[in-house]
Amino acid sequence: MKELLKSLKPALYCFIIMTILCGVVYTGVITGAAQLLFPNQANGGVITVTLKDGTQKDYGSALIAQQFTKPEYLIGRPAGITNLSPVSEKQNALVRERTQWWHNLDPENKAAIPIDLVTASGSGVDPGISPAAAEYQVSRIAKARGMGEDQVRSIITKHTTQRLLGFIGEPAVNVLKVNLALDKLI
Amino acid sequence: MSYVVLQDMFYIALLIVLSIPLGIYICKVMTGQRVFLTPVLSPVEKGIYKIMGVKNDEEMGAKKYTAAVLGFSFIGLLFLWGLQMLQGVLPFNPEGLKGVSWHLAFNTAASFVSNTNWQAYSGESTLSYLSQSLGLTVWNFVSAGVGIAVLFALIRGFVLRQKSTLGNFWVDLTKATLYILIPLSVVLAALLISQGVVQTFSPYQDVAMLQGGSQTIPLGPAASQIAIKQLGTNGGGFFGANSAFPLENPTPLSNILQLLSILLIPAALCVSFGKAVKDSRQGIAIYAAMLILFLVSLACVTMSEQFLAPDFANVVSSGSMEGKEVIHGVGSSTLWASATTAASNGSVNAMHDSFTPLAGMLLMFLMQLGEIVFGGAGSGLYGMLAFVLLTVFIAGLMVGRTPEYLGKKIEPFDMKMVCLIVLTPPLLTLLGTAAAVMMPDAAAWLTNTGAHGFSEILYAFSSMGNNNGSAFAGFGANTVFTNITGAMIMLLVRFIPMAAAIFLAGNLAQKKAVAASDGTLSTSNIMFVGLLIAVILLVGALSFLPALALGPIADYFSSL
Repeated sequence: MKELLKSLKPALYCFIIMTILCGVVYTGVITGAAQLLFPNQANGGVITVTLKDGTQKDYGSALIAQQFTKPEYLIGRPAGITNLSPVSEKQNALVRERTQWWHNLDPENKAAIPIDLVTASGSGVDPGISPAAAEYQVSRIAKARGMGEDQVRSIITKHTTQRLLGFIGEPAVNVLKVNLALDKLI
Repeated sequence: MSYVVLQDMFYIALLIVLSIPLGIYICKVMTGQRVFLTPVLSPVEKGIYKIMGVKNDEEMGAKKYTAAVLGFSFIGLLFLWGLQMLQGVLPFNPEGLKGVSWHLAFNTAASFVSNTNWQAYSGESTLSYLSQSLGLTVWNFVSAGVGIAVLFALIRGFVLRQKSTLGNFWVDLTKATLYILIPLSVVLAALLISQGVVQTFSPYQDVAMLQGGSQTIPLGPAASQIAIKQLGTNGGGFFGANSAFPLENPTPLSNILQLLSILLIPAALCVSFGKAVKDSRQGIAIYAAMLILFLVSLACVTMSEQFLAPDFANVVSSGSMEGKEVIHGVGSSTLWASATTAASNGSVNAMHDSFTPLAGMLLMFLMQLGEIVFGGAGSGLYGMLAFVLLTVFIAGLMVGRTPEYLGKKIEPFDMKMVCLIVLTPPLLTLLGTAAAVMMPDAAAWLTNTGAHGFSEILYAFSSMGNNNGSAFAGFGANTVFTNITGAMIMLLVRFIPMAAAIFLAGNLAQKKAVAASDGTLSTSNIMFVGLLIAVILLVGALSFLPALALGPIADYFSSL
């Protein structure tokens, strides 16, 4: 106990120095460098679009999903985090409900639905879908917009990221960027 | 699937290749040798000692060393607790977040001081930029620094002969933070920002959505904290969804970098250990035991997620995707989940609650082994060394010889300390789980029902009771009961084994070295590695099989 009390003075000095070093200097230097070198990335990667009348508008971040429900848009994953066990009754019911929603949106599409379109992500705002999930929606988007399917496909391909070095991570289609491109905003 | 295997192999290879030079570097730093950063950092280091009034060569015995660890952590606990409660009236709070409740603030303070980083809150809606950077970021660094310091005190216990001192805690902590943690974090933070991890003090941004309406993009000084969160086996996310959140982990490159950082320092410390005791094979043996346990778990977790996922009507799937991001998929998510529970990191890039039952069980079991499969920065290896001594002791009993390790006889006092290190975590984990289950409103804290609901509770206390910090996040953790019980468990499970490790070191340092003879048990051959793994699994299985049978095992069988 005596030793403990004796240690408190150097402990306090050490604590103050470490707080300044790691909390103020380190965080400050990293923030300064980030704002200088990577201003767009460091501020959330917000996409700014110049509209036809010349005004600028922020259309969200390419990293945060937005909700789309209209058939002319590429539609992303269900929003929110469920934390449900994948083998639970509740999850089974939810997936059935979501499957029905896709069938109602596009009754002619009889293909099996890719799993990412009927399951929630870990972040609740997954900005991407799998290439298969994008392909599943091509015919619907093309019909709703009166475009050729290949035109839609080429926009999707343009906004698809591949595996790093060919084997790290998974390919993903950025839903927001595809929709901005479909609306001819980027 | 072939991509997944390739990615795992690439990861392991890269980890081994990077851990060797880093391990040698860490050993040089902690034993006071010159390294390439010495010319730049040595004036800063000397300045720090001067302000602290610490003399570089002032040595501490076990009592003094422990007192310094506890005194330092106690001040941190009080400061973090107060800072969060007062954040409402302090600056750097552009969102005007209110002060945190006393029990949640206490839980969070205990969590970060103990290198657990259990989070009963969601960062973006609870903590101001000041609380995050001046409070949590700092303790991400120094709690890892404390772990590394204590590990080297224990290493000195093996190396020194007939000495009563173990080095100086202030010097060890300063060196670990200044020469190891800060430089690595600077590099990692810069790389993460280039990938899109946010780093700003500006307020959250409201933006229009394309189909109508608007949304809020949360921001903050995230990258600087995320870098040390990954490197220091901390794991507390800047944002609530941790590294599943795209602004915390946006690309496959940021993901693999963060993944590497989880195991990098704990793995490197095995190399440092071999170097420091002047017998690299001892370090390799421990490294091998950890790697074998890790690879087996990784394979099982991945296969469960890939092949035991449920089938849904009219849905085409390859593996379970609930709670996972598309860019990570099954491969990166299971690799991360295994690494984060093997090391006491606890960050996540997918929701563990939504893992298939057997995968969830393995993640729990990796924590329940005592966070020694790589484990925490420093704490993982001193925990593992306790298991090494236990193994040597059991082997000694079998042949009727006094057990010895690295030339030191292992005697009753040493074994008492080993027991404290090995048994405190399972005891507190099970007591905490039992207490929570008996609370009348426990069922209301759960998202899932039945056996999986029990798994949520068991996972929570396994995580806090082993200083991991990850969660089955369906568990509603922000209650007075869980905040207070959990905080006490996190503190006890961190500091009882830590103090025991220091006293063990103090006792070992006083001993003479005994010369190795024909009868000395080799602690660096394959047989010993096997024996060590068997002892670890035996202790883990004996402690936790009954509880696991009620949770994930029942969950698995009822899903068939």
